[in-house]
Amino acid sequence: MSPTGVWDAIDRAPIIIRDALVSFLPEAWRGLANDVLVAATVAILFATIFALLTILERKGLARIQNRPGPNRVGIPFTKIRLGGFGQPIADAIKMILKEDIVPTSADKVLHFIAPVILILSTLLSLAVIPFGRHLLPLELEAAVLYFFAAGAISELAVFTAGWGSHNKYSLVGAMRALAQMLSYELPLVLAIIPVVMLTGTLSTSAIVDAQGSWSLGGFIPSWHVLTPWGFASFAIFVVASFAEANRSPFDLPEAESEIIAGHLTEYSGFKYALFFMAEYFGMCALAGLGVTLFLGGWHAPFAALEFLPSWFWFFAKLFMMLGLFIWVRGTLPRMRMDQLTRLAWKLMVPLSLCNLANAAFWHLAADWTSPGGLALRWVISIAIIATPFLLLSRSLFGGLGPRTYRYAP
Amino acid sequence: MILLAAIAFLILASALVAVSRRNLIHAALWLVVSWFGVALFFLWAGAQFIGFVQVLVYVGAVSMIMLFAMLLTRQGRVPVEMLTLRAEKRIASGVLLVSAVFGVIAGSILGTDLPGEGTSAATLVTLDRIGESLMNDHAIALLTMGALLTAALIGAVYIASSGEEDAS
Repeated sequence: MSPTGVWDAIDRAPIIIRDALVSFLPEAWRGLANDVLVAATVAILFATIFALLTILERKGLARIQNRPGPNRVGIPFTKIRLGGFGQPIADAIKMILKEDIVPTSADKVLHFIAPVILILSTLLSLAVIPFGRHLLPLELEAAVLYFFAAGAISELAVFTAGWGSHNKYSLVGAMRALAQMLSYELPLVLAIIPVVMLTGTLSTSAIVDAQGSWSLGGFIPSWHVLTPWGFASFAIFVVASFAEANRSPFDLPEAESEIIAGHLTEYSGFKYALFFMAEYFGMCALAGLGVTLFLGGWHAPFAALEFLPSWFWFFAKLFMMLGLFIWVRGTLPRMRMDQLTRLAWKLMVPLSLCNLANAAFWHLAADWTSPGGLALRWVISIAIIATPFLLLSRSLFGGLGPRTYRYAP
Repeated sequence: MILLAAIAFLILASALVAVSRRNLIHAALWLVVSWFGVALFFLWAGAQFIGFVQVLVYVGAVSMIMLFAMLLTRQGRVPVEMLTLRAEKRIASGVLLVSAVFGVIAGSILGTDLPGEGTSAATLVTLDRIGESLMNDHAIALLTMGALLTAALIGAVYIASSGEEDAS
């Protein structure tokens, strides 16, 4: 075969393969087989190209843009990378420079004032958290009450944002957010009442002081979380604070696939950033309150470690709590609205009421100090909270078999 | 005294704006400002507990009930004609209502044994004393309130759920 013949054969290779395949069939079928084979080849070929293109396009765009992402960004115009911790600066500059859009039909004053109220309210609630032995911004007799009073203003801000935007998605989103916040405020507050009952004070610094002792030679701290009622309270508190802070798995208010971004729909630029800042402030405030009420505040876990600065212990615990928030966000899927409200009203509110009784029992059994009495106190206390939990969760969530869709086939 | 005057001005001015607004939501929000002013007044007087409860209950909760009720019940625009009465009727009912409320408040203030000059509220109204008096002297009233609110809650749940049986 001449060289041109080889090239010609390669050029005709698809046809040759087709003819070879078709030649196995009887004469009468060959015409049809030819067409089917051509059609199938074209379909399969372009399906493969499509699959390859999706990945090629992404790889190509990534190469073309080649901008330093959050894991690589550092100080501009230098080689210093900071492990990506330069990103917040970039985010802040971007947010401030972005265009601030106010819809023409919006209530201008309310639209403007909502993020301001929200950020004020969350900042105010941080004021009563004792960050260290000598670090309490505002010493109040009714500090716990103050915390929730400051938090209550944020609900008004959410409503103002939703209504002031004059957008149905904003309003519906705000109503959903409010329903969620109001539903979970109840278990949140009920989870805190046992602490107030047993320490006999609403002052955060006095509550921290009440947890400042150790048993068994300085190894077991007397933190509230290490009692049956305290553990139950802490669990309810943490779940409810996820919902209060609009964090996953309760981030329905901004479920973008259902209601765009809820009450944030009409916000852009720095106002949008303010909402997020408020969300993170709120998260820190709730985590800080949890540390203060249940995890011993600024006290060290072991008596021997008290020499370290008290603020170090507070912030170590705070970051552990915030880490828990992020961990849960990375793990759990978002809940549906009915699941959210059912969890609050059918499980968490009754449980926190049972836990109130539990705390009352713990208080009444305070003088059972003999080994047998102490064991009995623990057993009864655990039973008071574990039995309703098991019964309730079995009866509420046991029968939830295969999912049924009411509005979809 | 200037602070007290400012707080009083805030309360009265926002209440006045609230009743003169045609937009119901605006009126409600101005009313919330007025309630916040009342909370500030309590804080000024040294009654921390009452001040925070005022914010928690009125600014936080009652405002929400009001706003939700407006948004969920209002169908279209409010028929303003229905709300307008003749001027003399309005004045008469306003005067009657205000004097009744004023009478009740004045009566209760005059009937209370007030401490003499020089004692501030901060030393009188401590948290412990509020708790003690609620749980001892006014225990029956507190329990009655609790039972009443529980009954209201059950009633609300019944009304809300009696529409249709939930399939699940």
